Amino acid sequence: MPRCERLIDMGRRQFLRGSAIAAAGAAAAVSVPSGAQEVRTQAAMARVEYPSIRLANIADLTINRPLEVAFPDDDAPGVLLKLGSRVEGGTGPDEDIVGFSTTCPHKGFPLLYNADDRTLNCRNHYSRFDCEAGGQQIWGHAAQNLPQYALRIDENGDIYAEGVDELLYGRLSNVL
Amino acid sequence: MAYKRQIDRLPIIPADATKHNVVCHYCIVGCGYHAYSWPVNRQGGVAPSTNVFGADLSRQQPPDTAAWYAPSMYNIVKQDGKDVHIVIKPDDACIVNSGLGSARGARMAEMSYSRARTTQQQRLTDPLVWRYGQMQPTSWDDALDLVARVTARIVAEKGEDALFVSAFDHGGAGGGYENTWGTGKLYFGAMKIKNIRIHNRPAYNSEVHGTRDMGVGELNNCYEDAELADTIMVVGANPLETQTNYFLNHWVPNVRGFSLDKKNEQLAGEAHDRGRIIIVDPRRTVTVAACEAEAGPENVLHLQINSGTDLALFNALFTEIADQGWVDQDFIDRSTTSEAGAGDGSDPAWPAVLTSFIAARAGNRMTVEEAAEITGLSPDDIRKAARWIAQPKQGGARRRTMFAYEKGLIWGNDNYRTNGALVNIALATGNVGRPGGGVVRLGGHQEGYVRPSDAHVGRPAAYVDRLLIDGQGGVHHVWGCDHYKTTLNASEFMRVYKQRTDKVKDAMNAVRYGDREAMVDAIVTAINDGGLFAVDVDIVPTKIGEACHVVLPAATAGEMNLTSMNGERRMRLTERYMDPPGQAMPDCLIAARIANRMQRILTDLGKADIAANFDGFDWKTEEDAFTDGYNATAKGGEHVTYDRLRAMGTNGFQEPAVGFENGRIVGTQRLYADGKFGTEDGKARFMYAEWRGLEAPGKQKQRDSYAFLINNGRANLVWQSAYLDVDNDFVMDRWPFPFIEMHPNDMAKVGVKKGDLVEVYNDAGSTQAMAYPTPSARPGETFMLFAFPTGVQGNVVNAGTNELGIPNYKQTWGNIRKIADAPASVAHLSFKSKEYNAT
Ligand code: SF4
Ligand code: FES
Repeated sequence: MPRCERLIDMGRRQFLRGSAIAAAGAAAAVSVPSGAQEVRTQAAMARVEYPSIRLANIADLTINRPLEVAFPDDDAPGVLLKLGSRVEGGTGPDEDIVGFSTTCPHKGFPLLYNADDRTLNCRNHYSRFDCEAGGQQIWGHAAQNLPQYALRIDENGDIYAEGVDELLYGRLSNVL
Repeated sequence: MAYKRQIDRLPIIPADATKHNVVCHYCIVGCGYHAYSWPVNRQGGVAPSTNVFGADLSRQQPPDTAAWYAPSMYNIVKQDGKDVHIVIKPDDACIVNSGLGSARGARMAEMSYSRARTTQQQRLTDPLVWRYGQMQPTSWDDALDLVARVTARIVAEKGEDALFVSAFDHGGAGGGYENTWGTGKLYFGAMKIKNIRIHNRPAYNSEVHGTRDMGVGELNNCYEDAELADTIMVVGANPLETQTNYFLNHWVPNVRGFSLDKKNEQLAGEAHDRGRIIIVDPRRTVTVAACEAEAGPENVLHLQINSGTDLALFNALFTEIADQGWVDQDFIDRSTTSEAGAGDGSDPAWPAVLTSFIAARAGNRMTVEEAAEITGLSPDDIRKAARWIAQPKQGGARRRTMFAYEKGLIWGNDNYRTNGALVNIALATGNVGRPGGGVVRLGGHQEGYVRPSDAHVGRPAAYVDRLLIDGQGGVHHVWGCDHYKTTLNASEFMRVYKQRTDKVKDAMNAVRYGDREAMVDAIVTAINDGGLFAVDVDIVPTKIGEACHVVLPAATAGEMNLTSMNGERRMRLTERYMDPPGQAMPDCLIAARIANRMQRILTDLGKADIAANFDGFDWKTEEDAFTDGYNATAKGGEHVTYDRLRAMGTNGFQEPAVGFENGRIVGTQRLYADGKFGTEDGKARFMYAEWRGLEAPGKQKQRDSYAFLINNGRANLVWQSAYLDVDNDFVMDRWPFPFIEMHPNDMAKVGVKKGDLVEVYNDAGSTQAMAYPTPSARPGETFMLFAFPTGVQGNVVNAGTNELGIPNYKQTWGNIRKIADAPASVAHLSFKSKEYNAT
């Protein structure tokens, strides 16, 4: 199947999936719905295919100093952080490197990093996201937590982003 | 790790999608939304001509765009039996929210019943009855027959006072004009039920008797007044969390200074500046922090009073403003009574004297220094508040001040008098019925009340929960209420309620289910022995429902057409955009079917005279109920029909309707703009409302006996008692347990770390919560999430109410001790400060 067709197909399966099922990672038969027949829960883990993009090298990171990046394209700003101590979902030798979108999932305004408490904050309506807790919304108006990057670090210390775990604000497909 | 949906693409709304008007059915603000739906096998595209936005969706959309929706705004639901995609997204053109969604409303789609995507599978789909020792699905016929037979027997044998009712009285989900009328006509029309209570309090009373008795309805201004005010004084409310988009869309522009153009245009000829805000609250809330970030601390006055001392503060402000000569004498002369009221406030039905300005001023006299002593505030801050409220502006124009209050006052100490004392200030300064003014409650749910007269209920109304505890009543009908989560003295209530309903369950277990006559006899015998037969009507299984014998499945907003009004009396129609789950029906039609059955059974019992009262319930649709109720009986209702409302979209009109012109319903922007108030002579009353300490029984003793104030209230993520949120991964991931905000030193004192489970206990009972370190909390003062299922705050609220049966949830004191280390579901949570801090 040519790549573009595969993307469309995967995308279609993706949106039919119930979130609870996905979390359990259950696999089940996938069928494309047709007509008025009832749609059953689709459990496939199909995702949009992301580019693998080099964002930085470990050497570029200083503890608790945000490095501005963009992923999966230049219109999607984000941040790379070396937190200095291990966090769940952290990567790198110290398991402390994380990356997040910096577009507020509420109404799309830019988030600013507060180094004092390692949070991303929205000037517009005061939402706050915890960089040490997987982007959990500490308090705010978004109905989702902050999209976080799936990162890979190669043997040279180059950091690649290869996925995002929530829909980015302002696009109905994370990869445009 | 924080919960993530792992969704990176959503189907696009096609250009020809069906569009329905929706008003968010959660909080009072009533934000406008639209529901877009289209067949499940189709989708729009990224090219402008192929999507409903006419936008190029192959590009990143800008901030604040209308052409985006979050995964929580999407689902697959049934429409006329067929699966459709649905997107429920905020409406840019609604003047209430201007496209803003909140963390509650933006989840409406995700919180809908979907078999395809397994959301809200908790929803009730079938009537359930107690059969063979557990709840079992059954037909409407079977369930209604049992309900009507037992109810009719008890009413016929013991009279209507043996039928107890708990019922919502509001708008939005689980309410609305259709459903308050349906239940109202059954219990106040066909019957005259006296032992009735409302969803969040133990009696059928107003939360704001005080202001109403003074002639000032509690929703008297419009949301734009928050943009026009020179000063906003807000009491016992946290609007950023609980009236979110009202605050963001109408208050923030004023404190930011962005509404200056509007002020200059609408209110020319007087000085204008950015708005100032006075916040009366013992707790430092996120509202305070947001106001400081927007306006600068110099324009925000947080009066952090001792819990329950609002009345003393208001009387001092009233005194100070009058002494300074800052009152609006013209208004007082024209629009308020000059006659001193009679009585001395000792009649429990009238806990204060309604009177003239002069008499109230004399009676309520309290110096700034006295109030400082009681409230713990500095005299300077009290004087500053008086200036911000009433000192004439540069050039001499009167200051426009809007007063807003909610549960901190309503569920607070001495409700009646405190409410009156605040309205006194608004009346004295002429701030009712004028742009930039108003003295309003902020509200919880939307409103949607139309019922036959409740005069027979009496005043003070029966304290229903106490009567149930005392063994009274034989049958209990529960409509969209969950006392187990939202009452006071909840531990004791649950204990007795379980005992009494278990008695009936045991009796039912002893009879073959199909022997209907024997079954009804057995139930009646158990009732005569102190048992209680309970019927629960709801959309989801509830805690109190576990004790019930019949559970009837109801439809919610969007599964039926539903009308309500918001906090500025803006009435809209939410159109039916999806099917209710299974056999669920609108409450109004459930009430009608109960009435039909009861009529038949009462006739069979030879009670033709009573049976005749059950005429007039032949409604087939919710629109029939609306036409019978609102259209025929509400003030201005004759101008309002479904068709007209549909055409008015998400902006609707502001009640009361006064006409229909050029295809539009004409409404009322502000009440009392003509200076005539809701009393017989049209003159508003002041209230003689002397300070009398902690008024409700047992409160002062609690304060003296326990170490911590257990203040309590809502959080922005959670709607009401979390009845839908309990089945929402995003919410339950954040709050698996109710938080209790504690100062770190207090945590150290009781030996707990962040996330540890603690027991909160006192003379009323005990409950649990999760410790949330909060450096901005005052030592000794905690704040616990209210009405949450995994730790019910009401367990530690004692039974004391004011004279009119208003609970006093806020003034609760208790001790705290550790139960356990943070459980696994808590380990990944953030415990950082909730406060935005401009950096
Ligand atoms: S502010 Fe209230 S009405 Fe508006 S979206 Fe949120 S919950 Fe709904
Ligand atoms: S855009 Fe960030 S909180 Fe609204």
